[in-house]
Amino acid sequence: MTKRLFVKGNEAVAMGALEAGCRYYFGYPITPQSDIPEYIAREMPALGGEFIQAESEIASINMLLGASACGARAMTSSSSPGISLKQEGISYMAGSECPGLIVNICRSGPGLGGIDASQADYFQATKGGGHGGYHLIVLAPSSVQEMYDLTMLAFDLSDRYRVPAMILADAVIGQMKEALEPHPYVAPDDLQPKDWALIGPGERGVNKVVKSLYLGDGELEQHNLKLHRKYAEMQEKEVRYEGYELDDAELVVTAYGSTARIAHTAVRMARQQGYKVGLLRPITLFPFPKEAYKHHTAAGQKVLCVELNTGQMVDDVRLAVPCVEVEFYGRAPGAGSLPTPEELFAQIRLHCEVRS
Amino acid sequence: MSIENVEAMKQVFSRPASLNAVQTHFCPGCQHGVIHRLVAQAMDAFDIQAQTIGVASVGCSVFLYGYFGIDVIEAPHGRAPAVATGAKRVHPQRPVFTYQGDGDLAAIGTSEIIHCANRGEPITVIFVNNTTYGMTGGQMAPTTLPSQKTSTSPYGRNTSKDGYPIRMTELLAGLEGTAYAARVAVDTPQHVLQAGKAIKKAFQTQLRDNGFGFVEVLSTCPTNWGMNPVDANARVAEEMIPYFPLGVFKDAAAQGE
Repeated sequence: MTKRLFVKGNEAVAMGALEAGCRYYFGYPITPQSDIPEYIAREMPALGGEFIQAESEIASINMLLGASACGARAMTSSSSPGISLKQEGISYMAGSECPGLIVNICRSGPGLGGIDASQADYFQATKGGGHGGYHLIVLAPSSVQEMYDLTMLAFDLSDRYRVPAMILADAVIGQMKEALEPHPYVAPDDLQPKDWALIGPGERGVNKVVKSLYLGDGELEQHNLKLHRKYAEMQEKEVRYEGYELDDAELVVTAYGSTARIAHTAVRMARQQGYKVGLLRPITLFPFPKEAYKHHTAAGQKVLCVELNTGQMVDDVRLAVPCVEVEFYGRAPGAGSLPTPEELFAQIRLHCEVRS
Repeated sequence: MSIENVEAMKQVFSRPASLNAVQTHFCPGCQHGVIHRLVAQAMDAFDIQAQTIGVASVGCSVFLYGYFGIDVIEAPHGRAPAVATGAKRVHPQRPVFTYQGDGDLAAIGTSEIIHCANRGEPITVIFVNNTTYGMTGGQMAPTTLPSQKTSTSPYGRNTSKDGYPIRMTELLAGLEGTAYAARVAVDTPQHVLQAGKAIKKAFQTQLRDNGFGFVEVLSTCPTNWGMNPVDANARVAEEMIPYFPLGVFKDAAAQGE
């Protein structure tokens, strides 16, 4: 029988990372993600890896850059204000094509904000965050199990494309406990050896450089085009989403992460009362499941986008299906603003009629 | 001179093996070239070029991957000690060094260098202090001397408003984690020899004692100082060394012997 554990989402991230072979962690304490460094600090010595509590978020992302440039599977984790501080290093990692995992257990903002769940960092995560026009692979778990599974996937995708990956969750998913079935990590067959990683020039006679500076005529443009070709390839091959009751849905509710859980309950309540409604839950926020929205709204259905912010992912939904009516319901993040299933059910009733 | 005598001549001076046979982009009279050579000689002396990973910083020294035959990571401004920390933890058996200017290390990167030293990361740091931001065009640096005119201190550094030049070597020598800290100059042949020894010592600190080694090298920036190379070189002794005294400020291995 499979072993089932009762653990926090944050612990599941740490367990998934260690199981996936991550042996280098660099971080800085911040609520509500500190369970991750605490777990790894406890478990890493026995695994022979390195845990550093850095002097700052800035230092920790740059340690990740250094470890990644040397070919190691490595990570950092933080929460919103800390992720803001890391943006410089994330931009350098993106520019230098350094893989690596950045976990953002979001809290509310702007500024010091609060420690409650928030989805207000969607733009920052999916649109680049730092300077220079790049993207991260962004995965949005909505359960403790997915915190484990998607952490492993994030490392694989990041290594495959040499694009840094982010787990975008929040205080709800990070702090809640539920059942986790841990399973052994299996490396994908197609992962290439990191022949670009630095080990000293050795006998090869040519030195390797991990860098983001390109000054020659046309060099940087070509480099940027190369990055964007990778983003396009990911858009084709790596999109992941989950559909629930979508087949005959006249209203497609869409939400990710913590709000997707609440929306799921609301959709179930609505179905019980005869509403033809379903849920489309993006798992990859970048690449965004554009085609899924097209596919599931082809017959003229409406979309209701639910977020724990004042409207961010809804922009991407509207771009994905410009000819479809897309409604939005959001709560600005902060203590007490998490919507209830009943609240979302009321929203569903505003946009959908019983026709059974 | 006969052919026989020519054959008997001994080569006493050559390009260090760790340096690439290329022209540098440095301005006339800039001392980065001399300092690069000393770093390369140290790598040659320990025969570590093939294993070495360098971390380039932002500033005139960013192109060091074009000049050294080693693997290089390009770090964000000031972050080289953190990047080097990540690299060294992955490759504890490989030599890792950073090469940073004064704006990089003593202003925007102050936090990274202090905590890297304090952790006692076994890396070598070469810190080039020319009292100005060279690459960006000669602005005031944390090491700009009192009353020194720069493009952002056009009336001279006013210590009551701009603060004082930071003596990084003394500051880092006060940390438990620092194993070796020295300040050198390359304005005279004697100083060049002393600088070469200090840089070797800083590498030896990493290789033999697994400790953090730091060498501050006083250097010229004739272009941004508005001086010819000879006058710029003279300024090192006349103005810089009195404020930034040369010497070994910490040598934990020697103190332990």
